[in-house]
Amino acid sequence: MKTMYQKIWERHEVVPETADTPAVLYIDLHLVHEVTTPQAFTMLREQQLRVRRPDLTLATMDHSTPTRTEQVFGGAPITVESAAHQIAELEKNCAQFGIELFDLQHRLRGIVHIVGPELGLTQPGKTVVCGDSHTSTHGAFGALAFGIGTTEVAHVLATQCLLQRRAKTFAINVEGALPAGVAAKDLILAIIGRTGVSGGTGHVLEYRGSAVRTLNMEQRMTVCNMSIEAGARAGLIAPDETTFEYLAGRPRAPAGSAWNEAVAAWRALASDPGVVFDRELALDGSTLEPMITYGTHPGMVMPISGAIPRHPDDPVFAKALAYMGFEAGAPIRDQPVNVVFVGSCTNGRLSDLRDAASVLRGHKVARGVQLLVVPGSQQVKAAAEAEGLDRVFIDAGGEWRESGCSMCIGMNGDNVGAGQVSVSTSNRNFEGRQGRGARTLLASPLTAAASAVRGRVTDPRELLNG
Amino acid sequence: MEPIRQFRARTAVLPLTNIDTDQIIPARFLRTTVRLGLGKQLFADWRYAADGTPRPDFVLNQGAAAGCEVLVAGRNFGCGSSREHAPWALLDYGFRAVISTEIADIFRSNSLKNGLLPIVVDEAGVAWLLANPGSELLIDLEGNRVVLPGGRELPFQIERFARYCLLNGVDELGYLRSQEAAIARYEQANA
Ligand code: SF4
Repeated sequence: MKTMYQKIWERHEVVPETADTPAVLYIDLHLVHEVTTPQAFTMLREQQLRVRRPDLTLATMDHSTPTRTEQVFGGAPITVESAAHQIAELEKNCAQFGIELFDLQHRLRGIVHIVGPELGLTQPGKTVVCGDSHTSTHGAFGALAFGIGTTEVAHVLATQCLLQRRAKTFAINVEGALPAGVAAKDLILAIIGRTGVSGGTGHVLEYRGSAVRTLNMEQRMTVCNMSIEAGARAGLIAPDETTFEYLAGRPRAPAGSAWNEAVAAWRALASDPGVVFDRELALDGSTLEPMITYGTHPGMVMPISGAIPRHPDDPVFAKALAYMGFEAGAPIRDQPVNVVFVGSCTNGRLSDLRDAASVLRGHKVARGVQLLVVPGSQQVKAAAEAEGLDRVFIDAGGEWRESGCSMCIGMNGDNVGAGQVSVSTSNRNFEGRQGRGARTLLASPLTAAASAVRGRVTDPRELLNG
Repeated sequence: MEPIRQFRARTAVLPLTNIDTDQIIPARFLRTTVRLGLGKQLFADWRYAADGTPRPDFVLNQGAAAGCEVLVAGRNFGCGSSREHAPWALLDYGFRAVISTEIADIFRSNSLKNGLLPIVVDEAGVAWLLANPGSELLIDLEGNRVVLPGGRELPFQIERFARYCLLNGVDELGYLRSQEAAIARYEQANA
């Protein structure tokens, strides 16, 4: 009996691991972006190496790219000079090493973890890596996908392989249906609340159970995306009809007779019934509420109706609350909000934008609140515009931009100001993540939109029902 | 890479848990395209006020921290992103080892590839180190141990192959490239 992780691992062992040496693991898909790769290409040049499999490598730009249309398409200069340099560097590296690149104006460009799935490149059973910790997103398809450092990027570019030790397995079992107003984001935040931010260290998570099975692919990606926030490098969901339906007909998915063969192989990937995981955690999805973070890491999370916990003897906890400007014991609801960000590889897909729009339609953003909506890819942007979602955001008083990481990481100049409170659909609420001194509250697109309307932290069920 | 066997060094301590890579090196400094020079920006938002002046209350700005080459921190050091800029910044500043009870996976892997030792010891050991900043330690990779000033030893484990590479100054990419025949066979069988 084997877990899905073991099955995928064994199929990719070029050389099995021994006590003295890690396995040589073959990589099926290597995604590249501008931030974590320039030094890897330098390593190749220093050693006069070529890219072994440019055909298994795809580059996009997302982290430092501007989101203002005039800078992307209008010929206006990119405001942040070092970002412009990094973008130019990626163009040069891809041209020189023969790698396909979705450059700034490309209609398929977007956040690396959104682009792979929407093209159908992310497939069950593949090994997928990228110099980015949220590569765990692709595990939603039953792909073994994890983030790597820049030296490892060079390893994969040069050899299409990585040296890896086998991880432990950790089953997260969620039964019961999520109540209305409770999103996939709330589920993963609740899970991280239980595991803590290092509970998954050394493990690959596998999300299982009826609550997970009923999620669509975009929701599954939201869940797997934040596996790294539990300390796990990868998260997996077994492929099923939902997965196959999503992939069928995508431009880079298998087609014709290859499709049927692929699906047959994908069906065999699921963990064998009764297989034992190294660790297990069970959660009842039907009891969950919308969740929101109140501190400076994603494990500092609470149900939106609750009170900020008290840990009077913990100086690290006190430091986090002081940074956030919150008081222990106070409700999180109705805390004033300055900025709302909808986007990122966690919640920047079409269904996320629909969720946000469903709350915003017919409402205005509260006075003084900045609402920034940034689609996860140019394809998401086009699809959203085709159904008029951009109008909903603009009519509500929000800003609608070109795709990119934007305010999730603030590398392109889209920042939250010092001391400002941001309700964000991204994945990290670390100190300064959205800008120096910024205070980030992680939440679902529903909660973010509701908070934009009220200008205060708001339970979206109040607006959905009313 | 230079081989690392053992060295003596003093500690600087940061008694915080879950120190993430955004604190080690904030994202706005990732727009560089080179590896060197990040030491100036290590812990930038804790080290400098908004106007760029050093904050006297931050440990690395205090005289006692000068020349310290070992950083001791609370549980789950290096969590967050995969940015290799984090170990690059620590090394460029002058650190050669990080000690904690738990070190995040990707940060640990990145550190090993650059010769920054990610050392995990037990809670009692870290508690002692956090309570005794500036201690001079013997970091002994050959002996898998940290020796405290009084002679007490804290054992640690580093993955065997990574340890071999560090002890011998071997580059992992060279080893991977030596597997070319096996890689080519795998590609043929799975084409
Ligand atoms: S959206 Fe945020 S978390 Fe996702 S890849 Fe971009 S910077 Fe990283």
